[in-house]
Amino acid sequence: MSNTTRMRAFAAVATAAIAGLALTACAPPGADTSSTQAPTGAVTLSCGTDPVTLSAYVETGFPLFNDLTAEFTKQFPNVTFNTREDQFAVITQNAPRVLVDSPPDIMRLPTIVDLVTDKLLYNLDAYATGYGWDAWPSSQLEQLRVNDQGQRGDGSLYAMGVNYSVTGVFYNKKLAAQIGMTSAPKTLDEFDSYLKKAKDAGITPIAQFNGGATGGLAFPLQALMASYGKPSTINDWIFLKDGATIDTPENVKAAEHLDSWIKAGYFADDANSMDYSQMISRFTSGQSLFIFDGDWESGNFDTQMPGDVGFFLAPPLEAGGQNGAMSAPLTYGVSAKAAHPDCAAFFFNWVATNETARTIAVEKGGSHPMGPADAFMPAVKDGTVTAETLAAGAQLSQNNGSMDFIANATGSIYAKSLTPNLQELFAGKQTPAGLLTQVQTDYLSSKKG
Amino acid sequence: MSTSTRPGATRAARDRATPTRDHRPRRARWSREAVVGLALVAPALAFYALFVLVPLASTVQYSFYDWNGVTTATWAGLDNYVRIFTDAQLLGPIVNALTLILYFSIIPVTVGLIAAALIRKLGGSRLASVSRTVLFLPQVIPLVAAGIMWTWLLAADGAINQFLTAIGLGGITRAWLGDFDTALPAVGVIGAWVSLGLCMLLLLAGMTKIDPALYEAARIDGAGAIREFFTVTLPAIRQELGVAVLITVIGALRSFDIIYISTQGGPGRSTMVPGLEIYYLAFFERQVGQASALAVVLTLLVLAVVLPLNKLTRGKDES
Repeated sequence: MSNTTRMRAFAAVATAAIAGLALTACAPPGADTSSTQAPTGAVTLSCGTDPVTLSAYVETGFPLFNDLTAEFTKQFPNVTFNTREDQFAVITQNAPRVLVDSPPDIMRLPTIVDLVTDKLLYNLDAYATGYGWDAWPSSQLEQLRVNDQGQRGDGSLYAMGVNYSVTGVFYNKKLAAQIGMTSAPKTLDEFDSYLKKAKDAGITPIAQFNGGATGGLAFPLQALMASYGKPSTINDWIFLKDGATIDTPENVKAAEHLDSWIKAGYFADDANSMDYSQMISRFTSGQSLFIFDGDWESGNFDTQMPGDVGFFLAPPLEAGGQNGAMSAPLTYGVSAKAAHPDCAAFFFNWVATNETARTIAVEKGGSHPMGPADAFMPAVKDGTVTAETLAAGAQLSQNNGSMDFIANATGSIYAKSLTPNLQELFAGKQTPAGLLTQVQTDYLSSKKG
Repeated sequence: MSTSTRPGATRAARDRATPTRDHRPRRARWSREAVVGLALVAPALAFYALFVLVPLASTVQYSFYDWNGVTTATWAGLDNYVRIFTDAQLLGPIVNALTLILYFSIIPVTVGLIAAALIRKLGGSRLASVSRTVLFLPQVIPLVAAGIMWTWLLAADGAINQFLTAIGLGGITRAWLGDFDTALPAVGVIGAWVSLGLCMLLLLAGMTKIDPALYEAARIDGAGAIREFFTVTLPAIRQELGVAVLITVIGALRSFDIIYISTQGGPGRSTMVPGLEIYYLAFFERQVGQASALAVVLTLLVLAVVLPLNKLTRGKDES
């Protein structure tokens, strides 16, 4: 290329670039998204009789939603579903844009606070009153409420669950028998003793995933927090309540307990490079006695290792004492610009109250359906881990032990703070107290930003 | 800023660049030829503008705003840029990217150079074509597949550790991608493996066009294989070498796929690179302004490294 032609080409490109800039530089990006966020006047508590097509955007790989919609269409033939599926990570990335650009009537949601403050979600208060959702156990819906200050836990209802999951400890009954563990531990000390016995017997006690951007040690950490401290304090922190801190003396004890497990070698030594699916494959192939996970795997375990898996909530310090667990609804919401919010709400209510729907939620979802405390429950076969996780869920709501996941406090707290710090703790590069201080610092800065 | 798409402005710019045309009558400037030429270029230019220039300009614009991607943005001035150079969380990835140049560029270019020289020596033998194919194969495999494959190889119970145990080095086995000290080099090895084939092929192509008479002359003058390599081969493939270094350095600085598949930036932040950080910032933290600022800095960084390199390898031929 000669000098002059190169200069000319440069001039042309520069001009075009300037023109491009000029076209875009006129106004700040983005748009005012505020629109009708709540129904004005009375809402209709049905789908009507005219043909309706509800657009849905849900997580792929979980047949539960499609089973529910198929049954719903069977019962209400005028309602059909146009369902689009993606992986949860993709939904998380796209959520704000999808809610604005192609507003779904029903959408699987990531953390909702940002979406609510950006006015992208439909306010469901009128339906909660109309259908009587307010009378359900309040713990079911509190995670889905956001108040005027952008804090969760109270305020208006912006999402609904199809069912709510419970997390805890799964154990391999065959391996447990080898070390003389015949029933779930009643105290943390007893749990510790089983971990030690497994280690001494050459069995990996806990093959917990902690690699990549998903620090799975957050599961045992939060479970320990609920044994040492109050679940409500942890919820306050997750819900962004004023003055809430994760750096409490109880939580330091919990983190130190976790650290003692790490130092004792109770976790698989490649935890920092293990992802979730590797954990599941190790557990199902009998290479780990325990894993910390949630009841969304119950159905899977009942199929792959029938009768061989047990479940318990992380045990309390003293027998019969207080403990807790992460328990969150599988969250669905309605776009603020949705075409059929009435019918979407009717569907949510049907899922929680219809006997067939509740049976599907238990059998396909493996988790407890939402709804009134005395609502119909399908019979579950004894000896299945699904039966054990459902029982644990019931126990949890009795002793008010349910918490949201600490990873859901802010949009970036998991990937940017908890995960790296837990990986450092595992590698011996972070102290238990240092971890909590650092997470609290990151929490405050992301809360501000 | 005013819109300057008027033909006059373009003409003025061109006039400055081509003083020889200044004495021509004005009317002749938009000759039939020029119009036809412009018409032929127009479709491609339109696509280029739409998919390259406009996004580029938008990114620069977003970088001066505090924006979550949806609601109205607020002007942030240079705040986003200031944060990049004061926040260790954002500066760290840039340092990692510079470290990766060693693995993504220097190692594959050096090894590729040696491999190409050896393959050239082997001439048309079957061994030469087999080794050429074997070395180039990684280039054909999608980066995602390469990432997954190496994740298995480097796992705690993977082939590499099995091999090390078999030869009595069981003591150093570890989860290579999960260890703070080895994760970045391990990711680097994947990158080196991928780029080696391209470097080798580029350099080999350069070597085949060297006049054999030069080698003959060198040999008559009493040059050995090594002397021959440094006096004949190396100077002759300077341009190919330059291209190989350019491509791989750019690859190192903007790396994303391999790291996203193998470590996602972990453990801790030991393998976080700008490309991945931009993705997390924009799509998970919804800080589109901050992500754009980092993207602009990354672009400038690439240009700052690449332009001098470009001059270095080309300069002499043109002047």
